[in-house]
Amino acid sequence: MAMTRKPPTLVVLQLTGGNDALNTVVPYGNPLYYDQRPTVRIPEDQVLPIDEHYGFHAGMAALKPFWDQGNMAIVNGIGYPKPDYSHFRSMDIWYTAQPETMATDGWLGKLVRDLDPRADNVLTAVSFGRGLPRALSLAGVPVASVAELDSYGLLTNLSSVQRQAALEVFSWMYDDGWNDQGLPPAPTRHPHDPVGEVLRYMGQTGLDAQKGAAILRTAVEKYSSSVSYPKTSIGQSLRGVAQVKLADLGTRVFYTAHNGFDTHGTQLAVHAQLWREVSEAVAAFFEDLRAHDAADDVIMLLWSEFGRRVRDNGSGTDHGAGGIAFVVGDAVKGGMYGEYPSLRDGDLTLGNLTYTNDFRSTYSAILERWFHVEAKPIVNGTFEPLVFV
Amino acid sequence: MAVNGSAEVRQLSQIELMGHLFRRAGFGATRDELEAALTKGYEATLEELLHPEQAPDLEEDLLFRSFPDFHETRKVDVAAAAWVWRMIHTQRPLQEKMVLFWHCLFATGNAKVESPLQMASQIATFRRFALSDFRTILLGLSKDPAMLFWLDNQLNTKDVHNENYGRELLELFSMGIGTYTEDDVKHCARAFTGWTFQETVPGVKPYGRFRWAFEFRPDRHDDGEKEFLGERGHFDGTDVIDIIVRQPATGRFLAKRLYLFFVADHPDPDAIEYLASVYHASQYDIRTMLRALFLSPFFRSERAYYAKVKSPAEHVVGIMRLVGDYATPRPGFGEISLECRYMGQDLLNPPSVEGWHAGKEWIDTGCLVERVNFGAKQLGDVSKPGVQRIIERLRAQGELSPARFVDGCLDLLGPLTVHAKTRAALVKYVGQGGPLRLDQGDHAAEQRVGELLSLIAATREFQMA
Repeated sequence: MAMTRKPPTLVVLQLTGGNDALNTVVPYGNPLYYDQRPTVRIPEDQVLPIDEHYGFHAGMAALKPFWDQGNMAIVNGIGYPKPDYSHFRSMDIWYTAQPETMATDGWLGKLVRDLDPRADNVLTAVSFGRGLPRALSLAGVPVASVAELDSYGLLTNLSSVQRQAALEVFSWMYDDGWNDQGLPPAPTRHPHDPVGEVLRYMGQTGLDAQKGAAILRTAVEKYSSSVSYPKTSIGQSLRGVAQVKLADLGTRVFYTAHNGFDTHGTQLAVHAQLWREVSEAVAAFFEDLRAHDAADDVIMLLWSEFGRRVRDNGSGTDHGAGGIAFVVGDAVKGGMYGEYPSLRDGDLTLGNLTYTNDFRSTYSAILERWFHVEAKPIVNGTFEPLVFV
Repeated sequence: MAVNGSAEVRQLSQIELMGHLFRRAGFGATRDELEAALTKGYEATLEELLHPEQAPDLEEDLLFRSFPDFHETRKVDVAAAAWVWRMIHTQRPLQEKMVLFWHCLFATGNAKVESPLQMASQIATFRRFALSDFRTILLGLSKDPAMLFWLDNQLNTKDVHNENYGRELLELFSMGIGTYTEDDVKHCARAFTGWTFQETVPGVKPYGRFRWAFEFRPDRHDDGEKEFLGERGHFDGTDVIDIIVRQPATGRFLAKRLYLFFVADHPDPDAIEYLASVYHASQYDIRTMLRALFLSPFFRSERAYYAKVKSPAEHVVGIMRLVGDYATPRPGFGEISLECRYMGQDLLNPPSVEGWHAGKEWIDTGCLVERVNFGAKQLGDVSKPGVQRIIERLRAQGELSPARFVDGCLDLLGPLTVHAKTRAALVKYVGQGGPLRLDQGDHAAEQRVGELLSLIAATREFQMA
């Protein structure tokens, strides 16, 4: 019996700032945790228990069902050798899968190139947020960067009536094949002038952008759902992801981020709020996909650039290592992956948790076991893939 | 002005040359500014640009009252915004363009330095030596704490060598790959041992939040004999720089980088050789090289005209100069500065020591959408002073046919040269509204100007300079 297996899709949700792993999946059964967290602690009666050792932060209530149904992989102790405590440097390390040198090619950019080598579909990767995260950056790989799906496109400053006419002109101007005026054809400058080649490339890029925007517009128009998303920025971003996913535009990689996890102070209140926001948004997202029978080909990776210091600073926590990641989805084999790092003083590194598994093993699992592409050239080495999918 | 592809290189008009000069030696100019400069002429205007010390410095008293953080900040977005403000408002545009040049060449990233204070200090150092000589420049660079930290030179001691700075100095900052040997790198690094910095106020790891200051540690310096580029001696960093600057490879390297930044995105070996000769003849003087460049036939040629893809900084700053917004400080300026990041150039934070890749690599679908939308939004806003001025000048021309309307706007925005097909598309578009009459006191006519300016900002040609 032949069945078309839908092409696998990945949603990446970046938790920006360094999420405190210890207060996310809380080792409430370990007295050392309470020793090290005199103030910034989750009391035992406030966790959502996983077992008698660990429990979720209460703010993750909306995500707990994923764990209960076996649709959540928890990757404990995730990190890399010689941890870097700089946000930007650590994020770049995760973005490029290159801890040792400064690199500029993103792991997801390389994945997109493998999935769509001729860039046939300008919407293979869509990022929700302004600017392009380096994870998706690779020369020759088009990525749509959408701030707000409803208003995404070219010449958004014009009114909708003006815009329609203007976009038509835009395509005349960018299409080297347009010529209803009987004018001499391109090249646009002198023969053998390299600038002509640049202008032609820009022409193609502009038409791609316009095509991408027009196609994305159909996602908004086609979308119909009874699921209510939280009015938070992450809620609305994930709603945008769902709209594009449900429109079946061939997008295989989605990216978005939720900021605020750099909790040096007032962590208890802030962290709780952040996880409520993330959990409710992710839950709504999967509810929406399931309602449309479109959830089985999507997994979501939640990651952060590092964990936080074992000992709190009285109000919050400082940068650390040995963080936590989650992979969520119907196709995920739920469970704890990666050894939960030890809190014993002798096992810490500069007061931080020591990582127990390299993030590139998580990437390798996604690349090889989910997308069936070779991981080694993307993660710059061989890392045993985890088996959560 | 519209052109068809043809083999002939045409002569540029006076105003085209002036626009070209201001776009390249600065961040662009309005039509009014170009016409004023024409009364002085190209050579006199160039001399003014080459002598920033004769123009007033940026007005800062009122600026700092509105934006106190622009004076000194530990936030990188603010430090970048303060610099973008200066690029827009400076009366020393060539100096500021050279600061951008040095930042792109001596690429240092706040992602690692993590000290916007120190990054701002580095930019100020670049500003001080912007038009001086290459020896002074390389010395200033080698003593800059942000650069030393960026390339780990504080770890370079006589007991444990770290070659990072020694290598990149040769490879990326002065001579270029293939012009020196691995042994040269070793000895170069040895010469710079002990060139480090100290925190002015001791702080927490890694290096604290207060300004750093260059420090030479003789106890860490390897003063043994070295052999560098064929010369022998007990060289220190200063000696090594003396040797570097007199190398033919150095002249060619700097000439090429100046050519690619100011003239065209594709190298011209003859032009570069000429600029290299000026480098040596002038004892490595930047001001002299720039004068030669901007007076040269290869610069003042139609082949160089609108031949470069604007970097995001040039695009954003140029547009802000045209629309004349933010003449005085008011909230919201930070968003303008962030546009450079969205377009792919995160000022003060290049992706690596190689800096940003220019030319067509500035353009991808995401960046193009940001560039088009920013330009269209700014220039399409008829309430902006610069746009009102364009409308005023169009009004003075009386009733305008669609073709004259388009040509009028292209003239006032640049003058901007577009391909005949681009112009035909624009004329066809405005033709749908009939001739333009701005003297009826009717807002709709002004709106038509705004729309056309938006469309011109959306052209491929407008992404070029």
